[in-house]
Amino acid sequence: MIWNSASEFWAMGGYGLYVWGSFGVTALLMGGEVILAARRHQHTRESLRMQATTTDSDQDMAKDWQP
Amino acid sequence: MTQHSNVLFRFAAPQAFYGLAGRLWPWMAALATALGVWGLWMGMFVAPADFQQGQAYRIIYVHVPASWMSMIIYLAMAFWALLGLTFNTRLSGMMNRALAPTGAMFAFLSLWTGALWGKPMWGTWWVWDARLTSELILFFLYLGFMGLTASIDDPRRADKAGGLLALVGAINVPVIYFSVRWWNTLHQGASVSVTQGSSMAQTMLWAMLLMALSFWLYAIAIALYRIRTLILEREKHTLWVEAELRPEGGAR
Repeated sequence: MIWNSASEFWAMGGYGLYVWGSFGVTALLMGGEVILAARRHQHTRESLRMQATTTDSDQDMAKDWQP
Repeated sequence: MTQHSNVLFRFAAPQAFYGLAGRLWPWMAALATALGVWGLWMGMFVAPADFQQGQAYRIIYVHVPASWMSMIIYLAMAFWALLGLTFNTRLSGMMNRALAPTGAMFAFLSLWTGALWGKPMWGTWWVWDARLTSELILFFLYLGFMGLTASIDDPRRADKAGGLLALVGAINVPVIYFSVRWWNTLHQGASVSVTQGSSMAQTMLWAMLLMALSFWLYAIAIALYRIRTLILEREKHTLWVEAELRPEGGAR
């Protein structure tokens, strides 16, 4: 271990603002991207399922014609 | 050969790729997380301070991986664009739309962490030198790609237009990479070079490579995840999507 204390670690030799500003925003954006992507996938699934149930009779007929 | 191309053609169909991507992304995400934790541990707790830059150099562990990924993702997009424009493959356009937001994010992070590194080391957040300016252009190319594909209603035409932009813009990637050699820049030269090896200490180098690999797997995972959403949206009129969306049907 290269650090003597937690406060020394967070201070980053006086460069804390720059180092944590870099790591913090990176974590924020990557985490945010994951959340947005997951939300969009769920939203797409739900709205497409709603559309499918409203046009159910069409779909049933289409199924009858499947080989 | 025939067997090989059969496998490729099978997964070129959106339905097959939907399943493949769904099986692959959790593994990529898990690997990305594991390597990221390992890399952060190495970078923040094992690697020593730099003899010139003190602790500020640790920004390298996000700055270099983010910058590399911003270039690699654009090259990947140019590759898919070429494939899509020549063979008219349906997946290529969707792949590029799945990749672009992540590429834009990494380009932004490259600029952001670069500014936070430049301020304490060069005394300025920003300078219009070749490396920084060409990376900024890359960021705008990503935004342009997303704006262009979003503004054209017909998805196949949008894919073609976006593909063209991805291909033409790829010229910028070698410009970014070689800018520190071609021009006199404030930005330092490459820390890791294919021909000359590395100028960094071993632990620092390993930590950085672990982080780069982690970001790479993250990009693959999120692109595979996102393309599944895009496939569902584009194939919504097909029977397989209808079956997939039924409560009892398929994996999420």
